[in-house]
Amino acid sequence: MNSTRAKPCPLLHLDNVTIRFGGLTAVSSVSASLGDNELTGLIGPNGAGKTTVFNMITGVYAPTEGAIHFQNKSVTGLKPFAITERGIARTFQNIRLFSSLSVFDNVRVAFHLHVTQNTAHSLTRGPKFRAEERDITDQTRALLDIFQLTRVQDEPAKSLPYGDQRRLEIVRALATRPKLLLLDEPAAGMNPAEKVELMKLIRFIREKFQLSILLVEHDMKVVMGICERIHVLEYGRKIAEGTPAEIRQHPAVVAAYLGKEITH
Amino acid sequence: MLPRSQIVLLISLITAGIISASSSRIDDYILDVILGIGINIILAVSLNLINGFTGQFSLGHAGFMAVGAYAAGTLTTGPGKVWFDASGASPALLFPFVLFAGGLTAAVVGLAVGAPSLRLKGDYLAIVTLGFGEIIKVILQNIEWLGGSRGMVGIPSYTSFFWCFGAAAVTIYAAWALVNSTLGRGFLAVADDEIAAEAMGLNTTRYKIIAFVTGAFFAGIAGGLYAHLKGYISPAGFDFNKSIEIVVMVILGGMGRHVGVVIAVVLLTVLSEKLRDFGDKRMIVYSALLILLMLTRPQGLFTWKPARKAITG
Amino acid sequence: MIEFLQQLINGISLGAIYALIALGYTMVYGVLRFINFAHSDVFMLGAFVGYYAVKKLGVPVGGLAGGLLVLCLAMSICAIVGILIERLAYRPLRSRPTLSVLITAIGVSLLLQNLGQSVFGANPKAFPRLFPETNLHLGQLSITSNQLLVIAVSLVLLAGLHFIVHRTKTGTAMRALSFNATASSLVGINNDRIISFTFGLGSALAGAGGILYAMNYPSIDPLMGTMPGLKAFVAAVLGGVGSLPGAALGGLLIGLIETFVAGTGWSTYRDAVAFAILILILLLRPAGLLGKSRSDKV
Ligand SMILES: Nc1ncnc2c1ncn2[C@@H]1O[C@H](COP(=O)(O)OP(=O)(O)OP(=O)(O)O)[C@@H](O)[C@H]1O
Ligand SMILES: [Mg+2]
Repeated sequence: MNSTRAKPCPLLHLDNVTIRFGGLTAVSSVSASLGDNELTGLIGPNGAGKTTVFNMITGVYAPTEGAIHFQNKSVTGLKPFAITERGIARTFQNIRLFSSLSVFDNVRVAFHLHVTQNTAHSLTRGPKFRAEERDITDQTRALLDIFQLTRVQDEPAKSLPYGDQRRLEIVRALATRPKLLLLDEPAAGMNPAEKVELMKLIRFIREKFQLSILLVEHDMKVVMGICERIHVLEYGRKIAEGTPAEIRQHPAVVAAYLGKEITH
Repeated sequence: MLPRSQIVLLISLITAGIISASSSRIDDYILDVILGIGINIILAVSLNLINGFTGQFSLGHAGFMAVGAYAAGTLTTGPGKVWFDASGASPALLFPFVLFAGGLTAAVVGLAVGAPSLRLKGDYLAIVTLGFGEIIKVILQNIEWLGGSRGMVGIPSYTSFFWCFGAAAVTIYAAWALVNSTLGRGFLAVADDEIAAEAMGLNTTRYKIIAFVTGAFFAGIAGGLYAHLKGYISPAGFDFNKSIEIVVMVILGGMGRHVGVVIAVVLLTVLSEKLRDFGDKRMIVYSALLILLMLTRPQGLFTWKPARKAITG
Repeated sequence: MIEFLQQLINGISLGAIYALIALGYTMVYGVLRFINFAHSDVFMLGAFVGYYAVKKLGVPVGGLAGGLLVLCLAMSICAIVGILIERLAYRPLRSRPTLSVLITAIGVSLLLQNLGQSVFGANPKAFPRLFPETNLHLGQLSITSNQLLVIAVSLVLLAGLHFIVHRTKTGTAMRALSFNATASSLVGINNDRIISFTFGLGSALAGAGGILYAMNYPSIDPLMGTMPGLKAFVAAVLGGVGSLPGAALGGLLIGLIETFVAGTGWSTYRDAVAFAILILILLLRPAGLLGKSRSDKV
């Protein structure tokens, strides 16, 4: 295997990553690289292993074989929180908000990475502690403002409509100030108008927060519409990689999606 | 300028001092019940930090209370009495340090228990903490210089109204202050969804341990107060039933609520005093209450707000 | 050597009882995924059914038939109580978080214990002789007929359970349900009925355990279930929760370990040993000896 350094400084690099659950090889020897400020798609039929790839990148599962590097440092086998600390944030395919917390606290809790206070400060509540709390409260407010969630900020997260919950999950991930954002089927359950809004939102996020986005999505219109590069998985193997135009023509991809619409 | 919460704490402490100064006028039995309420408040509020706010169901709180009681008792009655006497200071002055030492010992034991167990979830955690609680009891029963299963007798009555309710006020303040901070929002997040919390960069193990150790610390303080109120402690007094009693208070009050839990403590302590003459009827009421509550109002009896509002300051 | 063999026999007969109780924990965990705290009190109830059957109903004992009748009576009544507990206390909470059910189970356990104290009285009662008793001597080895009986009855019950679980339609449904509740209801299994059945079966075994335990110990009281119950739970975890052979193996091991620890200078720690094992196993091999580990999908 060639070393990661040989590549032109990728943000994220998967090197022959494999994971097995008992007898099932869910992801098999997948390699991929992502650069700074890129918008990349990860597609594949149901059960292809897309979510599992996310789970390995974010440390939910440790790969059975292979290595994952982020900003040229190995993150293989690190705990999820440690990986988030390094700058990878995600959303979940089946939304996982803090459902009983308010919308506001869902976002505010994610700012914890950027405070210096410790347990003693929480107890003494000195001027510095209060300034810091005020600071993250303001930042939360600003973030909610950008994504038009201010109106519902005091509602418990579980009471939001589905689309808003998906948006809130993205906002919460952004509050950790990631350099790479992983979105797992953000358009699921949205109507066509909402999907158009979502595409705008994703592009906007990339510009505004200067980060890379890796997007898992079944809706080809969305993927082809916004991604610069696309990786395709089938049965846990990577079968293709390229620009949307290349992917559309790719025989293996066409075969994998046989009978389904991939051109738009 | 102090934050409002600290002003409230200060006022509570002063009030406790004033009441304490005239506590000799209160009937002995009633004072005993009232001090019992204070101790139970400390126990329930500290357990609420673990079971309620952080969502880590512990069934071994009485074990930490026992550790605190024995550690404090050792200093004033057991082998540690030598230092206690040698210091020459008045017992009233030394007592807070004794309590603190009890709390600290319980916190250390809490760390030793929590660090391995908190990797487990739900009912497994519950049963492991139960196990640790019982182990603590058995170990205490086997330490001869602590009185073995006969217990420790002749502990001086240093627990005054002030120390009891002062400690209760500090416990409530501490629990409130922790929860209403970036750290405390971490507790709530861990209770709500651990996987999401990890994905937000929260070291969930660390949060759980902080909550657990803090809870154990205050349970230890409560133990020290209890020992110096009753004058007698034995391992059997800190068994599974005691842990359950604290759990019931927390559940009745509504897990993750401060005010509700305090009301529940007052109610249940008074109720169980009233039922004391009925012996086992008391526990029948307790257990029936618990079942009914879970079937009809799992969110607790005294919860009226749907969700916590964000507070700062 | 004689000492060792003696302890071995004592340990096996104690372990057989733990195994019977542990099976109930494991079966209920299999179908409902929660620890039925009240199980140990159903065990206690079994012993008391035996006591009252002899003292109040006057079931003639001393021969084999009378003793077996008492055993069947205890098993039936415990089965009914187990089914009732599930119906009244657990079923309404089916969709709630595990912790709510756990708390309820603790409540039911305390309720049974304290009702027991006020109905049966808190004082220990001498358990009547159910079967003819003799001491068998093999050289210096002394085995009571009760010990042999415990082992024999346990073996018969284990065989019966094995038959039910693996050879009957209901047993197959039970296994399907514990494998995947949604799928089993999709293929037309009435999950509620199977859960009731599981509680009945587990409770009947606990009832039998109660009788066998009481036969080997001089007295019974309403709190007698707690310690054997906890140890049997540890046995279930040790063997791998959800695994029937695991529960039997775990029970045997816990019985042996406890007996050997009691025989050493550490006898005052015998109750703590079970918990120490529990903690170790949960930390080192949470799936238990014969259990399968599952990783949660995210
Ligand atoms: N924890 C696990 N244990 C066992 N098998 C798993 C686990 N997680 C994933 N799998 C299996 O791995 C395979 C890939 O699943 P994955 O969820 O990654 O697919 P996906 O591409 O995200 O599909 P979808 O488009 O339906 O979301 C599936 O066969 C799945 O059942
Ligand atoms: Mg997926």
